[in-house]
Amino acid sequence: MSNLDAAFSAMADPTRRGILARLTLGEATVMELAEPFAMTQPAISRHLKVLEGAGLIVRRVEGTKRPCRLAPSAFVEIDQWLDTLRQALTKNYDRLDDLLAGMNAKKRKARR
Amino acid sequence: MSKLTLKTEGDRHVVGTRRFNALPEAVYRAHIEPDLIQQWMLGPEGWSMPVCINDPRPGGKFRYEWTNEERGGFHITGEFVELVPFSRIVHIERMHLPDPTPDNHVVTTFEKSGSGTLMTLRMTLPDAASRAAMLATGMEYGMEASYARLDALA
Repeated sequence: MSNLDAAFSAMADPTRRGILARLTLGEATVMELAEPFAMTQPAISRHLKVLEGAGLIVRRVEGTKRPCRLAPSAFVEIDQWLDTLRQALTKNYDRLDDLLAGMNAKKRKARR
Repeated sequence: MSKLTLKTEGDRHVVGTRRFNALPEAVYRAHIEPDLIQQWMLGPEGWSMPVCINDPRPGGKFRYEWTNEERGGFHITGEFVELVPFSRIVHIERMHLPDPTPDNHVVTTFEKSGSGTLMTLRMTLPDAASRAAMLATGMEYGMEASYARLDALA
């Protein structure tokens, strides 16, 4: 839970979303991650630091490399986020019920 | 009237169902006529939709803008892919925050069910991370109840 705010800001950046998308395919090194972006490796490393701080990725040491992968807990928060979307849609559809009832009543009146 | 069901499916989908006590024609119209959309597609309390422009035909674009006195505003843009009156709407949408979120491909179907309508909503995101980002940004924008819950936990 303490990571939630950090996860939000981490996800708000399109490059970091791109990195996460790439990592859904499997582990990758900084060099591999930098390739599709017009960015230097230090710039990518800074993004990785943000993602790591937010608990979204983990890194291991392999010689001089530090390959990254998605943290197992990265998408545990999804259930909570899904619940928020559920609440927003529930409000929408409750309003739509009222609107539909009104449309129906109008139609009945017009038919009379 | 059944409640909304909403769940994730696989890595890239979010699927919802909801029953309405009205015929498919009315539920379908409420999804494409701006004067109707503006009355219900408002999310949590406190938001309104001052701009609702759409061109409901294949390839037609739309732009919906929401505003909230305290939280400012945001908008989504999108394109209609397929419209089958009064049973199916396929569209693509993205939120602008202001950077666009990944495209959300949405199929909405309306089936007659007894005297009402069973609506099914199927969202497809490009990948797992995009789906997480979509859900996370949804929470970030105007989800007062969740923020209150978060505050309570802090």
